[in-house]
Amino acid sequence: MTEIPEHLLKRAQQAREKAGADTGGEAASGAEPGGGESGGAESGGAASAEESRIPAHLLERSKAARAKGGDAGGEGGGEGGGGGVAVADKVGQVVTAAPGGGGVPVGAGPGGHTQRLLTVVKSGSIQEVKATPVDKVHTWPHLLAAEFVASLACLVFTFLFSIWVNAPLLELANDNFTPNPSKAPWYFMGLQELLAWFHPMIAGVTIPGVALIVLIFAPYIDRNPSNKPEDRKFATSLMTVHLMFWAVLTIVGSFFRGPGFNFVLPWTDGLFFHL
Amino acid sequence: MAKIIDDKPRPTAKDRLNSTVDAVQGSQVWSSIFRPGSIFRKGYTDSPRNRSYVIMNSVLYHLHPVKVKRHAVKVSYTLCLGGLSFFLFILLTVTGIFLMFFYRPEATAAWNDIANLETSVTFGLLVRNMHRWGAHLMVLAVFLHMARVFYHGAYKPPREFNWVIGVILLTLTLLLSFTGYLLPWDQLALWAVAVGTEMMGFTPVFGQEVRFVLLGGAEIGPETLLRWYVLHVLFFPFIIVIFMAIHFWRVRKDGGISGPL
Repeated sequence: MTEIPEHLLKRAQQAREKAGADTGGEAASGAEPGGGESGGAESGGAASAEESRIPAHLLERSKAARAKGGDAGGEGGGEGGGGGVAVADKVGQVVTAAPGGGGVPVGAGPGGHTQRLLTVVKSGSIQEVKATPVDKVHTWPHLLAAEFVASLACLVFTFLFSIWVNAPLLELANDNFTPNPSKAPWYFMGLQELLAWFHPMIAGVTIPGVALIVLIFAPYIDRNPSNKPEDRKFATSLMTVHLMFWAVLTIVGSFFRGPGFNFVLPWTDGLFFHL
Repeated sequence: MAKIIDDKPRPTAKDRLNSTVDAVQGSQVWSSIFRPGSIFRKGYTDSPRNRSYVIMNSVLYHLHPVKVKRHAVKVSYTLCLGGLSFFLFILLTVTGIFLMFFYRPEATAAWNDIANLETSVTFGLLVRNMHRWGAHLMVLAVFLHMARVFYHGAYKPPREFNWVIGVILLTLTLLLSFTGYLLPWDQLALWAVAVGTEMMGFTPVFGQEVRFVLLGGAEIGPETLLRWYVLHVLFFPFIIVIFMAIHFWRVRKDGGISGPL
């Protein structure tokens, strides 16, 4: 069951109303008693020129044709108003004239023309396709299958790792005994390592604060619209340096710091690190 | 005559099964659960229409559109990092709820509860391990996801705001992991958190005040344990779920994932 979207329905409704108003207006002007040729045609033409998007030269041509047709009608069947829609006008005329015309087919023009120009549509005035088609695939199965496999692999990895390696549980917390060294969780080790170099105000607040703010505002700072790696050498280099900075600090803090947070070598002095 | 009526073949087990299935699938209960067009109503045979219905008429429609860009399903583009972060969050929620049944956030009980969990609860050790390693893995996955997004330039318009949400999610992930770190109440937990919160006190203007509120005192103590427990199991998960909802919604509203490069 297809449902017509609401905006299309609304558009169709508007078009219908507009069309109704137009023909109504035209009919009214056409209904003006005889000799409405000049006045009626002018007003009808003006109204439609205002509303429609038909090029001016075509309107002119149609007006001229209408005037001519009106004359013919006057001669032929005593047609009242010449201000009606050209087509309707002529059809009426032909229908009345047909019995006398003999060989002319019903609905043909005064010259026996069997073709009629119904409307003129400027190219692009009805529909402009702006969206370029995108190569798409169905989410099921192409994306969902991949997601399922990835989740399963992740679950299996976590499961097996948890069977083989136990989470640490040291002795009960004791306020009076500080382990040496005491280290933060690994994702804060970079900060703790910085603390060994700078004043806590700088290492603990200023540097991470600035890093976080720059990170948050990165899209508003980086005004380069391209996402091609070759256009973004500066941005990628900066990010790489930034990530390497924290990675090195984290590794040094985690593995190369021993008792008293002094520098040690993990392969000679052992590992002072818990996950 | 009676004999002829009785001659109707007796329904086989298969017939009975089929009629039962039909009765269940025709019931009001069944059709109230599954939307019109659901593959659980009308069965699934592989066709473009049914492929659309799988998404369109299920809860998955919250996460995924019916169709995605062809390059977006390439594992080499996303490395599944965002999706795995979300999966790990679900895994951590499930294992975390299990752990909550055996844990009391009191300084006198917490460590013993963990020790008991490891030794006398069925699968207790395994679930605790999975919670711990899953948490580290999630921090790693979120970090790598951020790096991936940066290197693809995926934070550029119209996705600037979703990047901001993403950085907030990264921060919340770290906070979730850090608040959970204290809960075993062992020497590792206590002193890691002591080192971590010490830095907080140096924040100008409100550093000391925030630290005091978070720790429930000047130093880490039993009050800290209760506060961080509530933060870990309720407050931060609640906040992060809201931000995740916005994050996923914006991914779709901004035209799916970025690229191709």
